[in-house]
Amino acid sequence: MNDTQIYLLLPFAAAVIAPILVRFLGEKAAWILALFPAAIFVHLFGLVEQISNGEVVTGGFVWVPSLNANFTYFLDGLSLTFALLISGIGTLIILYAGGYLGGHKHFGRFLSFIFLFMGAMIGLVAADNLITLFIFWELTSITSFLLIGFDHNREASRRAAIQALVVTGGGGLALLAGVIVLQSISGVSELSLLLGQGDVVRDHPYYLLAFFLIIGAAFTKSAQFPFHFWLPNAMEAPTPVSAFLHSATMVKAGVYLLMRMNPVLGDTVIWETVLPVFGTATLVIGTLLAVRQTDLKLMLAYTTVASLGLLVMLTGFGGEKAIEAAVYYLIAHALFKGALFMIAGIIDHEAGTRDVRKLGGLRKAMPITFAAACLAALSMAGLPPFFGFLAKEEIYAAIAHPTFWGVSITLLTIFGNALMLVIGATVALKPFLGEPVKTPKNAHEGPILLWAGPVVLSIVGLVSALFAGFSNHDFVSPMASAIAGTSVEAHASVIPHFSLALLLSVITIGLGVAVYLKIDQARFAMAWLLAKIGWGPDKGFDQFISGLVRFATWITHRLQNGRMEAYMTTVFIFFGVVLWGSMIYFDELPNVPSFPVLSFYEWGIFTIAAVGLFSVIYANDRLTAIVSLGIQGFAVALIFMLFGAPDLSFTQFMVETLSVVILALVMTRLTLNKTDARKLSEQLFDACVALLAGSALMVLLLSVIQQPFDTALSDFFTSYSKVVAHGGNIVNVIIVDFRGLDTLGEISVVMIAGLSILALIRVKGQKMRKVLKQ
Amino acid sequence: MNTLIFRTFAPFITGLMVVFSIFILLRGHNEPGGGFIGGLIAASAFAIYGIANGVPPVRRAIYFHPHSIAGFGLLLAALAGIPSMVAGVPYLTALWTYPVIGNVEVALSTPLFFDIGVYLVVVGAITGIALSLEERHRG
Repeated sequence: MNDTQIYLLLPFAAAVIAPILVRFLGEKAAWILALFPAAIFVHLFGLVEQISNGEVVTGGFVWVPSLNANFTYFLDGLSLTFALLISGIGTLIILYAGGYLGGHKHFGRFLSFIFLFMGAMIGLVAADNLITLFIFWELTSITSFLLIGFDHNREASRRAAIQALVVTGGGGLALLAGVIVLQSISGVSELSLLLGQGDVVRDHPYYLLAFFLIIGAAFTKSAQFPFHFWLPNAMEAPTPVSAFLHSATMVKAGVYLLMRMNPVLGDTVIWETVLPVFGTATLVIGTLLAVRQTDLKLMLAYTTVASLGLLVMLTGFGGEKAIEAAVYYLIAHALFKGALFMIAGIIDHEAGTRDVRKLGGLRKAMPITFAAACLAALSMAGLPPFFGFLAKEEIYAAIAHPTFWGVSITLLTIFGNALMLVIGATVALKPFLGEPVKTPKNAHEGPILLWAGPVVLSIVGLVSALFAGFSNHDFVSPMASAIAGTSVEAHASVIPHFSLALLLSVITIGLGVAVYLKIDQARFAMAWLLAKIGWGPDKGFDQFISGLVRFATWITHRLQNGRMEAYMTTVFIFFGVVLWGSMIYFDELPNVPSFPVLSFYEWGIFTIAAVGLFSVIYANDRLTAIVSLGIQGFAVALIFMLFGAPDLSFTQFMVETLSVVILALVMTRLTLNKTDARKLSEQLFDACVALLAGSALMVLLLSVIQQPFDTALSDFFTSYSKVVAHGGNIVNVIIVDFRGLDTLGEISVVMIAGLSILALIRVKGQKMRKVLKQ
Repeated sequence: MNTLIFRTFAPFITGLMVVFSIFILLRGHNEPGGGFIGGLIAASAFAIYGIANGVPPVRRAIYFHPHSIAGFGLLLAALAGIPSMVAGVPYLTALWTYPVIGNVEVALSTPLFFDIGVYLVVVGAITGIALSLEERHRG
């Protein structure tokens, strides 16, 4: 276990101690706990130089080698940049959470969840082994479920949490299938090895299967249309969660997966068709839906959907230029979106509302927040000298091709980007500019814990662009190289130079400003349009779930009707048909045996058994029938005795006795007619079922004893029972020694059966009492 | 079934059956018997006692809750496999020892404790079911 490995697992340690620290220190614990992600960040930052020189850092340990599941990690440019964003933003989020939720009575639990999530996310981007990747992927789904449903007293939170879990968990299953397919195609179980197998995978007949499974996972996680609906609903979570999950982490996991798989699955016609089409559709739909919103967080959520669409489009567009643009945009987006979410949270926290129509003129009351908001919004709008500008320039430079495909995607991207600028301005400027508006709470600047995060992120968004040479060399180039699978040299700079890309940027900004001035009309138009359509995937999800529940209820009522007779009849008919059917089909019916010569006492026992059976059938009341069944059982026990199986016979005696006792006890409790009240037709039907099952078993036994007897096992036990196990009674030696583990399993079953029967008796009793009371 | 004769004899029969069940349990390794059969005999003994004299005397007589007995048995059976692991052989491999107690050589082994565990699980689980059914019968 080396250093890096410990740092990668550090969040899980923090998750354990967070509740304890919070109990003693309250919200101040955030300062100490923020040191954990900060330490990870610092450690990873120390690896930057090494990795930007093209090296990779690997390590791990063997976990379940027989399943090819090992805890191995490898950090290249892609993983490292992601891990830095996660740990860096994570540090700020912990501080921010201290300011935002500090007084909450479950603050410790909240931090614990956040750390678990952070650990899962870092593990996901660092994972080398495919199964480890899947496990961390699922862990992010589960922990985000906990985070989104944190406020579990509200139904909306619970619904959003379940929705996110169902959608992303479903994607997780696709991922599991996908990695298994990839493993079987390529024969390797480590991502680092898989990256070199791109040609093998692409030429394989199962390529399409792997492709659809992987994009199924990525599209659900990264909220691509038509799976985008869970992301805005996840805004039910407390704002620190939204800022963390929807800027750099959870939703980017899908983008990460696509980028990671680009050298393996990319560079094919389907990859470069499906990704841009869905990405662009998500971009346009996301921005249109964002315009319709009035809640700051929801507006940001829909622009996140749109940004993810943009990233997916760029990843699948093809060419190193597009990948480079995706990297720029991913970093820019993580910085400004994280800041803007936190700012929306500060406004909500300090002014008491997130409705943009009820906010205005806060710049005097909240100057620091306003400054941070301006910086973040300028980056989002793609203006120089911010990192967002680099991204926007690179995007246009990459996609503006003079082909039909290039032109249509470029036009749609301009449209999407312009609307994103509108939303950025609405979120960051509208609440602060204009005349002060009366807000539910008397707004003032929040504590440092709150504004530290957005201020740092906004400034990083500025500084990283000003020192573009450094960012290019240390982050963008290594990451783009890792995604492209070949060495890529990024060299964007903040100094605008005249080109087609700059012209398109200007058009975007012009269009954005024009729409911003008419935002109320645009919102109204979108609201009208959506009302006209009246159906969306969100509603579809509800219909799907309720349909599923109805179907499950229907099928349960069909199969589990709760009537003992029906169950027994089904089981016996099935039993009879299977035995008879298979024996007839395979032509294994026994020969008719010759009737054996019996001595007088054997005849006696058979007579007893036959008498027992007849009295069962002709008994006047149930109790007699049960006792008569016992007679027949005893007769069988005697037969066992005669044929030299004392243990079997002994057990048969005891089992018969106890079954008679227990059956009699049960029967006396049931309110049944004393006598058989079945109609003749029912009796005949039941008789047929009994004959079918009984004759099937008889024929089976006959054909079994007509097979040659393989004595290997009995010889083994006979010869070793005394020597090895020091026991003369072979049956018991088998039970307690040779097959001891089986017996341990069996007595566990006996124990559990005993407990369940007791539970059934008690539950039934309570229900009866309730019914009687009413 | 609430006759005077049955009620008078039931405790004696029960006692005899329990002793017999332990005898069957212990001789099981070499003669017909063993934990499973022994457990069934003891369980039917308690069931008979319960039918004759009511459930409370049985519960008093066995002192522990039937499911505690069963649980203890399961634990004992599971633990009986541990010494083998300590000795470096696979779980549940039989280990034998022959200490001499008062001039008599006694054969002790891990399967013995395993078998006692089986006995207790069967006694506990079946008695638990029978007694709760009998309780409802009266209650």
